[in-house]
Amino acid sequence: MSEYVVELKNATKRFPGVVALKNMSLAVKPGEILGLIGENGAGKSTLIKVLTGVHQADEGQIFVSGVEQHFKDPNDSAAAGIACVYQELNIEKLLSITDNIFINKWIKGPAGLLDYPAMHKKAKEVMASLGQDVDPTKAAGTFGMGVQQMIEIAKAVLIDAKMIIMDEPTSSLGEKEVEQLMKTCRELRDRGIGIVFVSHKLEELFELCDRVTVMRDGEHIWTKKVTETDNDDLIAGMVGRTLENQFPKEFGTKGDCALKVEHLEEGGVLYDVSFEAYGGQILGFAGLVGAGRTETMRAIFGADPIDGGKVYIHGKEVSIKSPRDAIKAGIAFLTEDRKGQGLVLAQTIRTNLILANLKGFCDGPFLNEKRILESGEKHISSLRIKTPSIDEIVGQLSGGNQQKVVIGKWVNTDADIYIFDEPTRGIDVGAKVEVYNVMNSLVKQGKCVIMISSEMPEILGMSDRVIVMRGGKVMATVDRDSKHFNQEDIMKAAWGGTLDD
Amino acid sequence: MTKTKNKGKFNQLGVLIALVLLCAVLAIVTKGKFLDIRNIMNVLSQTSFNAILSIGMLLCLITAGIDLSVGANATFAACVAGMLVQRGSTNSFLMIVLALVAGTLVGWINGMLLTRLHLPHPFVSTLGMKNFLWGMALLVTGSQMVSGFPAGTMWLGEARLLPALGGGIPISFVLVIILYVIMHIFLTRSALGRSIYCVGGNPEAARLSGIHSDNVLTFCYTVSGFCAGLAGLVSIGRSSITNGANAVQPLDTDAIAACIIGGASFMGGKGTMLGTLIGALIIGVLRNGFTLLAASSAIQNIVLGLVIIIAVFIDVTRERMEAKARRLAAK
Repeated sequence: MSEYVVELKNATKRFPGVVALKNMSLAVKPGEILGLIGENGAGKSTLIKVLTGVHQADEGQIFVSGVEQHFKDPNDSAAAGIACVYQELNIEKLLSITDNIFINKWIKGPAGLLDYPAMHKKAKEVMASLGQDVDPTKAAGTFGMGVQQMIEIAKAVLIDAKMIIMDEPTSSLGEKEVEQLMKTCRELRDRGIGIVFVSHKLEELFELCDRVTVMRDGEHIWTKKVTETDNDDLIAGMVGRTLENQFPKEFGTKGDCALKVEHLEEGGVLYDVSFEAYGGQILGFAGLVGAGRTETMRAIFGADPIDGGKVYIHGKEVSIKSPRDAIKAGIAFLTEDRKGQGLVLAQTIRTNLILANLKGFCDGPFLNEKRILESGEKHISSLRIKTPSIDEIVGQLSGGNQQKVVIGKWVNTDADIYIFDEPTRGIDVGAKVEVYNVMNSLVKQGKCVIMISSEMPEILGMSDRVIVMRGGKVMATVDRDSKHFNQEDIMKAAWGGTLDD
Repeated sequence: MTKTKNKGKFNQLGVLIALVLLCAVLAIVTKGKFLDIRNIMNVLSQTSFNAILSIGMLLCLITAGIDLSVGANATFAACVAGMLVQRGSTNSFLMIVLALVAGTLVGWINGMLLTRLHLPHPFVSTLGMKNFLWGMALLVTGSQMVSGFPAGTMWLGEARLLPALGGGIPISFVLVIILYVIMHIFLTRSALGRSIYCVGGNPEAARLSGIHSDNVLTFCYTVSGFCAGLAGLVSIGRSSITNGANAVQPLDTDAIAACIIGGASFMGGKGTMLGTLIGALIIGVLRNGFTLLAASSAIQNIVLGLVIIIAVFIDVTRERMEAKARRLAAK
């Protein structure tokens, strides 16, 4: 028996014109959690696909428990004991938990019909062993993301997986769900299962993993015990250089009160939310997932109806009933869900960039293609959008580049107030810095920037002032030079504590 | 930078080549009868009705919707004019206006059903509307076939330009060309036209970008209704009768087929006027060829069905290849 449960040796995978994996190696011990990190495009997805048999490596070998395997398709890989929980879950929301767990692995009775009592019982057991006390006959879609993810893990447990790959499992989970997931991971580890944990959040790796593998440009950079590395080391490994400053904060001059919100109410969602945001500053919104930050912004932007409250822009009361009104009033809103709410994926960069300001690019009823092209090319170069042309379909771009297109779309509206909702979620370190630079330049132009973020370092790194929300209420306002401007105090407020002066 | 643009042209070139090939084959098997100028003019005249319906259908398809009521709406609009004839009216102007208003109103209601009453996919509401209009068409004409329309009402579907040229160019086809040019400019160059594509691709993103998605959708269905009214008038001139029972004919499917052959997609966000015109011509030429060859209606339907399936297959395949090429190019 080999020391490793799964070992990938010297794998190379070429796609025409590009080498996605270069002599890549990865080794997972039984009963360990191996962190895997790399920038977007570093080859993590290809690596996962090679391990799960979706792609076949051109060179290299895969060993499972010391035996060489050749995966022709995902079934082979599953049979060998490798399972994967993808970032985009494969859950049939309308079917029951049981159906989801036993898809394609049905337990059948003597007559060849499905034996639901047995499957329900087994499903209940497996879910219970993962710390989920749920009714398996209920539709999967009625549960939160955390439970849905556990269904995927239950599938893996049920096929007696020796190794489970988790591709950014925490990106769509709330704080509590993340905790539960980590607990489950540790239990699976203690059962002797090897886990590959892919994440963009470094602190999770430190909390959970035993060892970390860094990859860059399809290559294995290094593997270390987590105790032997730190943040800077990991980032340096990923980007191939030391990032002097993750948060290149620059300061503008504080202007007038660009946005003032008074007693905003939305039944069951927001309670008496009041705050002020100033030109030339970044106002950070901290809080846990579900604290009402996105809802506040949607209410201000006219995306959801409100039940009460007043909004003032530059001291003048405005009545915003739709996103159209909001844009007219000079507000830009970069939504958290860029694919679902920010972009028309099937359209070109050219079209997406002008989406929020079609009128502004019109002469009479007609679009001025020359102006669209000029401003588009300008945005592509200034935002450093990596694309072969302005007529590229946005759906073909990487996450970071898509985000830059959304930013370009809003910069094109020439708004005064920019609301960024989780602007750096799911994009790589390099692209993050570029997003920060956009915010910096907006602030320097005297614009007001509001940034919602669940990443505490980002909040602390970029904000001039921070508002902490919890349960639809404002808990605290913290200035950058206040003694409370630190992770502990802001977390305390986010969890419902009070800050004394 | 003009890469995608060229590709778009190439897409339509493919359909155009198919049309030319089809004409060539027909010219050979009919021993030149097809190419007779008189016959060509007939094809154009026969294509007009479907080409006009296809305009509205295309707009709805681009928004990822569909308007299954266009055929019934055209018949209904014609029957509204027929009702006036039955009541003894000879006022062409009134007939034309009422037919167009009726068609447009129906389209607007379709839009309202979708956007204000939040009925699910327009497949359901326009299917219901189709049956409703079938009944209405019979009701307003007392289930009678109507003939004896005044010349003014017939003009649009009957009149020809330059009669020396094989009987003349049908006015209805001149109208088609004018409408297609206007709509082409509208779709490609105006803000509202661009919004239609975006609403089709992602209605929520469009709404949050300040586009009134609901109004854009309502606009598309209203245009579709107006086109149906116009097509109804053309049908009166061509056959000099109107008959409420025609409302169940599969006129909508011909319009859908023209759009799909021309490159539109049920997923929305795609489709051009030029492609749709060629698509409508392909169907018109096919039908004409069947008549010339005296093919049975069974054969006609089988071939038309196959053409639609093959066109969609080619389209999906082409899209897959393009996506693959882009993936490879992007890596």
